[in-house]
Amino acid sequence: MSARGGALRRRASEGAAQAVLGGPGGARHLWLALLFIVPFYAILAIAAGHVNQVFGYPVAVWNPLQWSAANFTAAWRDVAGSTAFVGPIIVRTIVYVAVASLLCLLIAYPAAYFVARFSGRRKGLFLVLLIAPFWISYMMRMLAWIDLLQTGGYLNRALTFLHLVSQPVNWLGGLPATVVLGLVYGYIPYLILVLYAGLDRIDPALIEAGRDLGLGRVRTFVRVTLPLSRQPIMTGMLITALPMLGDYFTNQLLSGTTGTTMLGNVIDDQLSTPGLQGEGAVFALLLLLALVVPMVYYVLATNRSSREAA
Amino acid sequence: MTTTGTAAPAERPDTETRNGLSRLRPQPNPWRHPWLLEGFTWLYLIWSLVPIGLAVLFSFNNGRSQSVWQGFSWRWYFADPLNSVLHDPALHAAVVQTVRLGVYTTVIAVPLGVAFALGINRWRGYTASTFNFVMILSFVIPELIFGVAMFFVFTALFTFVHLGTLAQTLGLITWNVSWPAIIVQARLVTIGKQYEEAAADLGATQLQTMRRVMLPLLAPAIFASAVLVFSSVIDDFVIVDLLYSNAGNTPMSVYIYSQQRGGNGGPALNALGTIMLVMSFVIALVGYFAYRWMTRGERSDRKEALSTIAGI
Repeated sequence: MSARGGALRRRASEGAAQAVLGGPGGARHLWLALLFIVPFYAILAIAAGHVNQVFGYPVAVWNPLQWSAANFTAAWRDVAGSTAFVGPIIVRTIVYVAVASLLCLLIAYPAAYFVARFSGRRKGLFLVLLIAPFWISYMMRMLAWIDLLQTGGYLNRALTFLHLVSQPVNWLGGLPATVVLGLVYGYIPYLILVLYAGLDRIDPALIEAGRDLGLGRVRTFVRVTLPLSRQPIMTGMLITALPMLGDYFTNQLLSGTTGTTMLGNVIDDQLSTPGLQGEGAVFALLLLLALVVPMVYYVLATNRSSREAA
Repeated sequence: MTTTGTAAPAERPDTETRNGLSRLRPQPNPWRHPWLLEGFTWLYLIWSLVPIGLAVLFSFNNGRSQSVWQGFSWRWYFADPLNSVLHDPALHAAVVQTVRLGVYTTVIAVPLGVAFALGINRWRGYTASTFNFVMILSFVIPELIFGVAMFFVFTALFTFVHLGTLAQTLGLITWNVSWPAIIVQARLVTIGKQYEEAAADLGATQLQTMRRVMLPLLAPAIFASAVLVFSSVIDDFVIVDLLYSNAGNTPMSVYIYSQQRGGNGGPALNALGTIMLVMSFVIALVGYFAYRWMTRGERSDRKEALSTIAGI
């Protein structure tokens, strides 16, 4: 590459990018600020602000020197203090999400493994079927289970017909199992696609080498395939578990009782209750802080694997 | 799929003589088809798709039940003069609002995302990496946290943006701009720098390079991301739920949620969900075939097109 070519290239490409963004260096920082910094600073300003005593709307305080801890102490009181009701909800949220993510993995891995390794010429068909739920609205998919799980629905009729239960089960009346299965059903398509993409990328020669060198089917899987799919498992679990932690609609639709309330419901409720919006901001902020480490891990892992693929 | 030949269990005479009779037991074929795994996969697919099929079926139910079949009818789509999607103003408005948000968001987010992709690809130093970081971050950050942030931005900071269509559109643009940014960036990496350099060497100006070389090369990626943005707006729930203000700007997903939750469920909601589903599938099909057509002559196959359209 000649020096002239390099300079030209640089001019052309930077110029093209800037022509589209419509401005010199400052513009990109402005976009970054608008996209990312301002929204999250707004949460902080509300969380550290105060509440209008008469009308109950939150007052944002933008100057860090004037921040107050009122919303934080209120939130702490609700978590562990005199009015503690959020504490058990946090524990429940973690348990639900952990169980649901694990179930997701147990179901998604074998299916993704089969499609990536053994589907042969039917791979396109299987891929379409795996991707299909990804294109179907979450609400429609929840609606599907609401229809099935109703007291007079097909599941109860099948179970009573087979004499597995004597009375129709009230599935939608606040059963934790229903909520967990709803979460699994809702988020598994994302995991399965990540796992498929990761497993499909494994060089079949490595697996064949394992077999040629005398390992059985199971041991090849444990010693070769599983270690090679650790990365997709980690990122796939994050891509399902993190959004689950902010879910409030699944359990509202499938249970709607206080017995299955999750942290997302607390934030959603406080957001629509005058006087509690500041506290809702505190919980959103705390959730964000708790998730910073896994989110950063996800971004770094994604960057690394896209660099390797390139 | 796997090559066999070399790997068939070798009949080595020394082990056969040494082990005697035990070797006569039939050895399992190491490359046999994993029927158990295939059965499991089919069970998963049935579990994941049949309930949706039933929900679509109940949208044609000739009765008020979402769980007992009472015969086929079009009443919840257009035949019922009061409660069908066509005649109930609230249902009607929900469809219109979803389409409106989809169009607005796609029209703005896609060019913006293309600009980001060019920027991330060309800039050096921390801006590019920070941008890239933010784009990937938006795939894992809980939508609720983002929605809460947007809610406060529009209720406490930029109060001239009232909750409603404008706030929803701005929120959706910000949330979905990563699709074009990531997909177009990947395409930029694939096509490399040589075309652009050639254009520059041959004397094209920056804008000419952009318009006559880069945009045609990027077209499939831009199109695929537009498809993804539009369909994810149709399916979006959290952002539009937190940022809607009244019945006039309630999109389909929020309408289904609030009605079902409030105990007003009925086949009309299934009809609404089916309309969303058909919209998404039509867009996916159009996207798939258009992508195949745009990348004709390149070394790409059906599965590659499928993965791009699905964003994996």
